[in-house]
Amino acid sequence: MIIDLTDTNASKIDSALTRARHSGGGPGLGMVLTLVAVTAERSHYDAIKAANDAAREHPSRILAVINRGGRGMGRLDAEVRVGGESGPGETILMRLYGELGHHADSVVLPLLLPDAPVVVWWPAHAPGVPRDHPLGALAQRRVTDAAPEAKPLAALRQRADGYRPGDTDLAWTRLTPWRTVLAAALDQPFDPILSAEVAAQRSNPSAELLACWLGLRLNVPVDRKTSRGPGITSVRLQTESGEIALTRPDGRLAHLTRPGEPDRTVALSRRTTPELLAEELRRLDPDEVYEDCVRAVPVEEKATAS
Amino acid sequence: MSRPIRAVGLAADKPADHNPLRDPRDRRLPRVAGPCGLVIFGVTGDLSRKKLMPAIYDLANRGLLPPGFALVGFARRDWANEDFANVVHEAIKQHARTPYREEVWSQLRDGCRFVPGELTDAAAFDQLAKVIADLDRVRGTGGNHAFYLSIPPKYFPIAVRQLRRSGLSASEGSAWRRIVIEKPFGHDLKSARELNRMLDEVFPPHAVFRIDHYLGKETVQNILALRFANTLFEPIWNANYVDHIQITMAEDVGVGGRAGYYDGIGAARDVIQNHLLQLLALTAMEEPVSFNASDVRTEKEKVLSAVLLPNDLSVTTARGQYTAGWQGGVKVPGYLEEEGIPPDSRTETFAAIKLEIDTRRWAGVPVYLRTGKRLGRRVTEVAILFKRPPHLPFEETATEELGQNALVIRVQPDEGVTMRFGSKVPGTAMEVRDVNMDFAYGESFTESSPEAYERLILDVLLGDPPLFPRHEEVELSWMILDPIEGFWASHGAPEPYPAGTWGPASSHAMLAREGCAWRRP
Repeated sequence: MIIDLTDTNASKIDSALTRARHSGGGPGLGMVLTLVAVTAERSHYDAIKAANDAAREHPSRILAVINRGGRGMGRLDAEVRVGGESGPGETILMRLYGELGHHADSVVLPLLLPDAPVVVWWPAHAPGVPRDHPLGALAQRRVTDAAPEAKPLAALRQRADGYRPGDTDLAWTRLTPWRTVLAAALDQPFDPILSAEVAAQRSNPSAELLACWLGLRLNVPVDRKTSRGPGITSVRLQTESGEIALTRPDGRLAHLTRPGEPDRTVALSRRTTPELLAEELRRLDPDEVYEDCVRAVPVEEKATAS
Repeated sequence: MSRPIRAVGLAADKPADHNPLRDPRDRRLPRVAGPCGLVIFGVTGDLSRKKLMPAIYDLANRGLLPPGFALVGFARRDWANEDFANVVHEAIKQHARTPYREEVWSQLRDGCRFVPGELTDAAAFDQLAKVIADLDRVRGTGGNHAFYLSIPPKYFPIAVRQLRRSGLSASEGSAWRRIVIEKPFGHDLKSARELNRMLDEVFPPHAVFRIDHYLGKETVQNILALRFANTLFEPIWNANYVDHIQITMAEDVGVGGRAGYYDGIGAARDVIQNHLLQLLALTAMEEPVSFNASDVRTEKEKVLSAVLLPNDLSVTTARGQYTAGWQGGVKVPGYLEEEGIPPDSRTETFAAIKLEIDTRRWAGVPVYLRTGKRLGRRVTEVAILFKRPPHLPFEETATEELGQNALVIRVQPDEGVTMRFGSKVPGTAMEVRDVNMDFAYGESFTESSPEAYERLILDVLLGDPPLFPRHEEVELSWMILDPIEGFWASHGAPEPYPAGTWGPASSHAMLAREGCAWRRP
């Protein structure tokens, strides 16, 4: 069910929601969080689609906020979607005009689910200090993404400067499968590690975070190499007895090699945005390991990137 | 006293403590099984195709299987490795829970092996030993293998003997060998002990995994969380407030293809002994001091050992056998007309029993267990029914339709919790009626409710035994059931009930005598 509201306000949106819920026999009562997606007009379709897919795992109220800018008196147009395509939760698409664009929090605050956690997601360009953004201040969890930024590595450095507990970046989330396989590889006995190397496409923020993670955890020098991609293509750990390597040339199937052991294959495909978002929504406490890694991103990267 | 011993016992299975990439704060990283393989006996069976193979794929798809994982099938078929891989492929495409991805399949495909042979054939087991040694070499499974006996229980002894004879049960160094068996774990106390003795001779206790697939780990953990993570329920979880407990597992299907196994076993041995008594233990046990395997087990064993049977079993048990009838719009045959069932069979397809728990918490609270085939619908649930209020400050007519408050833990389908309480009917007249308040896990946390088999297989490969019953629990539950089976054997035949109904009249009479009635689940 879709209800269009023009020149409206939060309380009218709320009563439209209640109306839609009653006519649908009361869905949406098991919603676990409010997800606020701050997006632009041209990318809102993909953002809402990804949020809806992620909501299959975490039934959510999704508030998509589009700031249309412009001058003059503020105006709010909204579209309320319940049931059907929008998945198990509720979706409210809001377009903010004029000076209302600076007061998005006043629209979002009355529409948050009672008591449930709030997650704000910037699918493309994120503010410098997400916690200080009026919408970011409402949330326990602030999700950014360095990859689509114009200068991804500079953006990553900016994330470190603007980090507050509860921040996280999808460039970090993309690494989980890599980190899982690498950590599992070192569950088996291994010889002391002397150095490490990460190869990836140019300006890949995930590769930089992976290199920082390896450097911090293994306490060895980590080389960054540029490859033709897609994404990260290999991680090599030099040990005293040879190389432990995880290589993924095609973005799908990886090979794990260890000294004196047969090659092993493991599926390591690049994940879609809904999968990444679903992982982010699984844990809502501050990610301290991400904090350590993003703070370890070397400052000179900023220079090379800009 | 047992703590240090347990810690040492687990150390071999746990990831190395010195792994620098593991950080307790890093909770995104799941535990992945180390290099290993799984050997399935009876791989051509339904269970294997519909549950085990899809579960293995789903684990691989979620990145929880080790690189180089090997899957070996053993069965009486003239198949090559490729034929077996094709069967696995088909099973995955049809039954897997997660979307099909080519790269995940190629990770699995290269590790598929098939060994044709009979369980009695020593040469086939020698061949299996060769295949496994070869896998260690080319796939790097590191000598770690689990044997899944997806075969009828009467073949367990021969399979276990062959595993020992061929040297497959023995592991070297830090490598492990584990064995997985499915219920039933014997058919009475004596045979259960016999089975345990036989397994003990070949595998150490921590290497034996007894799987009750009805009771997934997820369900167990949900019950533990509901009871022990909340303050809302614990104060009323005792004889002061609880009137009685009903635990139901109803199936809508008949005996179907399991005739050969089911006849002579019956509903009580098939379901009450393991599933319902496990649910009873989880519902009634005291709070464990921690959630590790042995502490939970200790509490379950305590409460099972406190279970009392009523004196007069003729009025506190009921059993039935379904007759032809209409089940949900389909005409179905009676038990005695099913293929492979002798026409004079006295096997019960419905069983209901009353138990009491002799503890301070539960003194005087009856627990009713029932299970059956061809009942109204498929449902498993634990219902806690509370006492009526001592006084109702309404006119009598206002509360005529008010029943007992109930808390229902729904196990399947649609896992969740229902609360039933009185609420005013809208309108000017004061009238109170029962209403339901529902919570569904599927709704709030869908992805995190993986198929029971995925959790079970992963626990086997990780060497995590927490919620698998150990032989002490199995033996305790036979001690509860054996006297009932003995009584039934010497007292007539089960009472017929039409398929598609909620069991025989004697089952309803059994509760009516005590002033209760079965819930319609």
